[in-house]
Amino acid sequence: MAVVFEKPKALTDTPLHYCPGCPHGIIHRLVAQAIDDLGIEGKTIGVAPVGCAVMAYDYFACDMIEAAHGRAPATATGIKRCKPDNIVFTYQGDGDLASIGMAETVHAAARNENITIIFVNNAIYGMTGGQMAPTSLPGQVTQTSPYGRDVNHCGWPIKVCEMLSTLEGPEYIARVAVNNVKNVNQARKAIKKAFENQINGKGFSLVEVVSACPTNWGMTPQKALEWVESDMLPYYPIGVYKDRSAEKEAAK
Amino acid sequence: MKTTQILIAGFGGQGVLFAGKFLAYKGLVQNKQVSWLPSYGPEMRGGTANCSVILSDMPVGSPIITTPDVLVAMNLPSLQKFVDAVAPGGKIIIDSTLIDAKVERTDVEVFYIPATQMAKDAGFVTLANMILTGKVLKEITDVTYEGNKETLEAFIPAKKANLIEVNCQALQLGYDY
Amino acid sequence: MAERVLMKGNEAIAEAAIRAGCRHYFGYPITPQTEIAAYMAKKMPKIGGVFLQAESEIASINMVYGAAATGTRVMTSSSSPGISLKSEGLSYIAGSDVPALVVNVQRGGPGLGGIQPSQSDYFQATKGGGHGDYRMIVLAPASVQEMASLTIKGFNLADKYLMTSMILADGTIGQMMEPISFEDAEIENYEKPWALTGTEGKRKHNIVNSLYLKPDELEKKNFERYERYKIVEENEPMWEEYMMEDAEICVVAFGIASRVAKNAIVAARAEGIKVGLIRPITLWPFPVKPLKAAADQVKSFISVELNMGQMIEDVRLATECKRPVTLCNRSGGMIPSPEQVLDAIRNAQKGE
Repeated sequence: MAVVFEKPKALTDTPLHYCPGCPHGIIHRLVAQAIDDLGIEGKTIGVAPVGCAVMAYDYFACDMIEAAHGRAPATATGIKRCKPDNIVFTYQGDGDLASIGMAETVHAAARNENITIIFVNNAIYGMTGGQMAPTSLPGQVTQTSPYGRDVNHCGWPIKVCEMLSTLEGPEYIARVAVNNVKNVNQARKAIKKAFENQINGKGFSLVEVVSACPTNWGMTPQKALEWVESDMLPYYPIGVYKDRSAEKEAAK
Repeated sequence: MKTTQILIAGFGGQGVLFAGKFLAYKGLVQNKQVSWLPSYGPEMRGGTANCSVILSDMPVGSPIITTPDVLVAMNLPSLQKFVDAVAPGGKIIIDSTLIDAKVERTDVEVFYIPATQMAKDAGFVTLANMILTGKVLKEITDVTYEGNKETLEAFIPAKKANLIEVNCQALQLGYDY
Repeated sequence: MAERVLMKGNEAIAEAAIRAGCRHYFGYPITPQTEIAAYMAKKMPKIGGVFLQAESEIASINMVYGAAATGTRVMTSSSSPGISLKSEGLSYIAGSDVPALVVNVQRGGPGLGGIQPSQSDYFQATKGGGHGDYRMIVLAPASVQEMASLTIKGFNLADKYLMTSMILADGTIGQMMEPISFEDAEIENYEKPWALTGTEGKRKHNIVNSLYLKPDELEKKNFERYERYKIVEENEPMWEEYMMEDAEICVVAFGIASRVAKNAIVAARAEGIKVGLIRPITLWPFPVKPLKAAADQVKSFISVELNMGQMIEDVRLATECKRPVTLCNRSGGMIPSPEQVLDAIRNAQKGE
């Protein structure tokens, strides 16, 4: 019988610890597929965040390091500047990347650091049990915004792709989602491109993956994916926000 | 066995640190033990600046000078601040163009040199510091006067080598005053 | 002997680091250590190295963490408030057992404090400024020459024991110039099979990590780490003894304080007072052995420090409180004068 689907080689056999219905598994697979497709597992070094993906170092078969909360882009910078021929990626959540690690994110982008960042935005702090994230939507109920996020009190969500694309520095900024097959396929392409850019020395590439957190959103997995479509994506539209090489090409 | 502690003080921008550096290098090329310690502060220009240079036959203990043997004062606040600290029998060298005051102590030797005016007259207005340093070389016995050019060459970058000659002239003016 | 040159203490650190094979520096400006960054910025691009000014001290220490994890010799430098910001990273580096060199050219604190010389980060350096059970090798230079030699030593020790070596200097030693001669640096090379270099498909993946959710695993790691620390404590203490042969009073001081103390000791000897100095060169591991021995010889100790009395606790521990230990100190960026130390010695002589 023909094999139509295999676990990517860039994932270990360690069972994932994620909650049932959590899209982290899909996103891990997409990253691993990109590594497989490009044949770079042997020279890839991954940086795990603090957050739900904290134990990603057990799941990716390449060399891995566990960074401090929010510091993954700085840690990745240190690695890449020592090992410019290796492929370095970070895998970070919204609290890690857009709250505590915002400075590291912005400055790595401004430096056009030749690394790949996979940014998983599920609009909530997952590992600590569902607190308000920098990307929680206005009115969104979380453990620390029990009456809904009041933007007059605690400010507005941060649109990372829109913000980073205003910088001269970065090469590629894109937002994708994993709430349906079509979007997953598109996400796979964007993630692969983010790695290709690094291989080709083009620089900082960030793919924001709009994800879901059924557990902390208090929804079934199915309902959560619907909420991504109905509430998340209107606020965080899918698209390529910056692609310097494509823009240059188009200008010719 | 001999140790001489030299404190040079003035405004930032007067070349206080440079003069001290010259004396430290002078000691270095003549195989002395030396230390050079700058004051450092938030001011880049115009604030008070001083530096401590120790020339010694022995390893230098503390690089911090509390009782200088030689004080070079390039402005009034510096003279007022350090005049009482000078060791009895010590020497005070004053830029009398910039400082009107006289030293009242009788247990120290004082030299009033219109260094800033002399520098202006000689056409190198920024080198009052080196005129005063020339006087220091006259008054101390730790290092010989000879070899100033070689000393300057040791630390002035090659692209500023044209400054070596005027520095030597300034030193000579002070030495002969 | 190699040629003597005049150099600032901070520059001596930078030059020594390069000679020790360090080609990666990540830092953030802060007085009074910025000469290190400036020196690196000038030199590194010319020798194929990397100087990178990070967006913060936090970012720079995490760049160091990443670089160290690749098995590369790497350093950062800062001054007191900046070291507080780096403390989280220092804890991660310790918890991940990767080697790094960190320089603290101390200034007065707490808070923003001042910019004048201080030794008030002694506790932070020797007892751990970051969280968790860990140690750093803490080296305290007292001259520009030692700024260089201890930097080279620090890199070697870091690689040998997979620890952070911290150069705990102060604004005076950082800013002053003294003659220095650079001998050829002895670079010790250690295998780094744990380093992140890419598996090349030839080995299982390496993981650099400080997370152990199972407490028994974390405990095991910590016990193992402290076994290593024990070897450091046995093998690596460094100190200088000065006029201790017949001493009846022992001054204990490190860094700039030890140089002030030496002036005072010479003056006290001229008055006929038998006083000597033990100068810890490693603050961790603390030189317990000579202090313990001195406690059987002298009638009292004087701890001279540029802080409110921090090392004095280790002096008391090392001497097991057999003899009185008094404090002679200034704080906030002030430096004790030789006269102040001399007075303390005279008082000790009188038994006060």
